[in-house]
Amino acid sequence: MAKITASVYTSHVPAIGAAIDTGKTTDPYWVPLFKGYEPSRSWMEASKPDVIFLVYNDHATAFSLEMIPTFAIGCAAEFKPADEGYGPRPVPTVIGHPELASHIAQSVIQDDFDLTIVNKMDVDHGLTVPLNLLCGSPDAWPCPVIPFAVNVVQYPVPSGRRCYNLGKAIRKAIESYDEALKVQIWGTGGMSHQLQGPRAGLINREWDNAWLDTLIADPEAAAAVPHIDYVREAGSEGIELVMWLIARGAMDDVAGGPAPKLAHRFYHVPASNTGVGHLILENQ
Amino acid sequence: MALDKPYKDVPGTTIFDADQSRKGYHLNQFCMSLMKADNRARFKADERAYLDEWLMTEDQKQAVLARDLNRCIALGGNIYFLAKIGATDGKSFQQMAGSMTGMSEEQYRDMMIKGGRSVEGNRYIGEDGDAQAHHQPQGGKKD
Repeated sequence: MAKITASVYTSHVPAIGAAIDTGKTTDPYWVPLFKGYEPSRSWMEASKPDVIFLVYNDHATAFSLEMIPTFAIGCAAEFKPADEGYGPRPVPTVIGHPELASHIAQSVIQDDFDLTIVNKMDVDHGLTVPLNLLCGSPDAWPCPVIPFAVNVVQYPVPSGRRCYNLGKAIRKAIESYDEALKVQIWGTGGMSHQLQGPRAGLINREWDNAWLDTLIADPEAAAAVPHIDYVREAGSEGIELVMWLIARGAMDDVAGGPAPKLAHRFYHVPASNTGVGHLILENQ
Repeated sequence: MALDKPYKDVPGTTIFDADQSRKGYHLNQFCMSLMKADNRARFKADERAYLDEWLMTEDQKQAVLARDLNRCIALGGNIYFLAKIGATDGKSFQQMAGSMTGMSEEQYRDMMIKGGRSVEGNRYIGEDGDAQAHHQPQGGKKD
């Protein structure tokens, strides 16, 4: 049977992608950020999964205002890097896992989460920047990836509680898949940032770190944080953190197993407008 | 019964909810069109003519021509859509975000390097933080 081996959490700031694409990773501004991900790259080499289930949000790229799915699962065989206005990022095409994705859709929809099934979709920096941070810049990504897009652009976005419960349903789906696959689940976005209005530039280091503590040790409490707390404390775009709860809800301890092992934790301000947070939690 | 919208009392912040989305539909869809290189080239060649192809209000068109992102947001724009205009202009997200704060590009970048804008005084309208309307040259939130 398939098994979730670990969960990875990281911000997905577009400027990180731009720094990689333009060869600026050794600039003094970016050195501390990329140094914080060096242990993650080593960890990834040593813990290579068969599939990554990658929770991210589309930033008005594949989904315009024509259609706004709250939860969308990518079931295609491949996903091309999108042109977000600067031309497509020079990163590999993302290879999907249609069989596992379809299995998860079937299971999770029957568990009362109404996923939108997407068979054609380009993927933006929300998905490709985390892959770069953990895998570097290879000619091909190390394994298939199932993109899972969450609407955090048009309010109301799904609640932290709903995301957390969805994570539980995704875990159940993955663990009922017949093939013995090692699956990682990634939650991306956040942490504190606001990209709009006179309050743009807001960063809340204390709140971010307290939230990380809570997510690790007491995910139920993290799931209970209401939307308005994210907006007020972590900026209007800090709401992306609800996506981390999908990954956290899929971990063993939530289903009665042992607490996960914290393999890595990193926090850095700033990457462009954003407080960057990163965790790796391993199932025991 | 009215819906609860607790986010209305956050200073310097416009939450892109269903009301804003309805107001900004054509503005945001115009922005989406700039994800195609051909459209970017046509827009740059004659901005006004390109905007006139869209069912946007005159206010929205003027806000785009002026690159007044606060005004665009007040008129229903969302930053992830508006970012396509910035990309067309070759601006980074930091330059776009900074342009809404009444700060110079350099002042904004320095603020971020020093750890960003503090939340203190900026949680509720009526406090005394730097994002409050009375500290903003452009008067903060415009509805």
